[in-house]
Amino acid sequence: MSNERTNDRGVVPALARRALNELLRVPGAAVPGILAPTIFMLGLSAVFGNVTALPGFDGLDKYMAFVLPVGLLQGAGFTGAATGVNMARDIEQGWFDRLLLAPVRRPVLLAGIVASAALRTLIPATALICVGLLFGVKFPGFLDLLIVALLVMIVASASACWGAIIALRFRTQQAAPLMQIGSFMAVLFTAAYAPMALLQPWLKAIATVNPVNYVLTGVRQGFIGSVSWADTWPAFVAGAGLLALLATFAIRGMSRTSD
Amino acid sequence: MILASVALAQRALRVTLRRPQFLAPLLIFPSLLLAVNTGGLSQATSLPGFWEQYGVTAPYPSFFEFQLAAAMSQSLLLGGVATGIAVALELEMGFFDRLVAAPIPRASIVLGRLLAAGAIALVQLSWFVSLSLIFGSGIADGIPGLIEVYLIGAIAGIGFAGIGVTLALRAGNASTVQSIFPLVFVVLFLSSAFFPPNLLTSPADLIAKWNPLSYIANGLRAPIIGASGTSDVLEGFAAAIGLALFFGLLATWSLRVRLQSK
Repeated sequence: MSNERTNDRGVVPALARRALNELLRVPGAAVPGILAPTIFMLGLSAVFGNVTALPGFDGLDKYMAFVLPVGLLQGAGFTGAATGVNMARDIEQGWFDRLLLAPVRRPVLLAGIVASAALRTLIPATALICVGLLFGVKFPGFLDLLIVALLVMIVASASACWGAIIALRFRTQQAAPLMQIGSFMAVLFTAAYAPMALLQPWLKAIATVNPVNYVLTGVRQGFIGSVSWADTWPAFVAGAGLLALLATFAIRGMSRTSD
Repeated sequence: MILASVALAQRALRVTLRRPQFLAPLLIFPSLLLAVNTGGLSQATSLPGFWEQYGVTAPYPSFFEFQLAAAMSQSLLLGGVATGIAVALELEMGFFDRLVAAPIPRASIVLGRLLAAGAIALVQLSWFVSLSLIFGSGIADGIPGLIEVYLIGAIAGIGFAGIGVTLALRAGNASTVQSIFPLVFVVLFLSSAFFPPNLLTSPADLIAKWNPLSYIANGLRAPIIGASGTSDVLEGFAAAIGLALFFGLLATWSLRVRLQSK
């Protein structure tokens, strides 16, 4: 038992390091994860920038401050999906089977894979915040940056678990669109474009039950106003709940795989 | 030439319809974005000057009807990328070499692919017309408007496919063609597909004036919102035909260059 624990301790950092090594070897692999949410954020700001004149935005002068958090969560979602695609590749190439033979508990293997997504998502997050600041978004303060970093790491982990569920189910990289569409929908079916008061009733109903909406509110608060406990704790509770749920299903998927 | 082109178009269509899962993203992603845009920003139509340039009078169409043209444009652009990927895969797998060796005019290889893209564009447009009937009030200008939508859309679809085929013939591999996917969104965002040009922020408003997609989207939009009588339809036709001719010829020239370099 104690030997197993000793093995476990080294596995999570080793698997995370392996995933990060891929980025060092092929730096270009990080580009799509940065490019897509950046284009989306800049594009939305350019196209819908004048909607801040609508009542409900409370005099917000920069729409980019409103959509930057959407970009951050999209970046986290895409990073998680990319982790799922990498896992599917490992399954296709047989490397994952060798991993399963190792004397390590399945949840620990999953934790290592998910940890790599949590760390990798800080790259697009940093890039997006820098672009936002360059385009005049106000600096949210260090406390909010810390909250943002933790929340995007949670979302990337949840998205990686979703990617793992799909990878273990379909065992092919061709399932990549399913991994991407999951996070795409989860992030956009929220108050992504406008405050809750301006949403159509059907979208408002979905956003109310969508945990990612609470995470988005938590990430957004410092960019459009000030940080409050009332917006912070629901974000962490919703994010952690989503992560726990998806991690449970991913672990079940791994157990079935080894059976 | 025509017979060979039609035969190759039929083959391309059969291959596409045999694997409908590859067609689904062309419809699903734009439909999801249509839902999110409409659900999130429907109040935007109350901004001063929103309907000003479209020549429609009260009662105004809904934001959903306004956004339909954006979804159609996005879907057609993605169709262009998909056509490019299909050609690139045929190049990678060697099927293209067999086509080149066949006793048919070389230009029919490109033309067949573009005709198939035009036919697929009709399927894509039908999907969004169905959505307009289910969730909106249909095409405001009736059957003549519907025909305008189909014609502009199909010709634009051929033009976008021309871009994809040109890229595939120049690059020779699917991953390069796939990498232009983010550019689809750049082109879309820098046009007036999603929002009226007078309400775009600077410099997007200036770029949108020079972006052919703005005119195609406005041409598709006019019959949907009941503004067929405006110059938008003619400009839409002009932009779509210009794009189809230019990129159709460019794709044919790219094929010639590729064959000469071998």
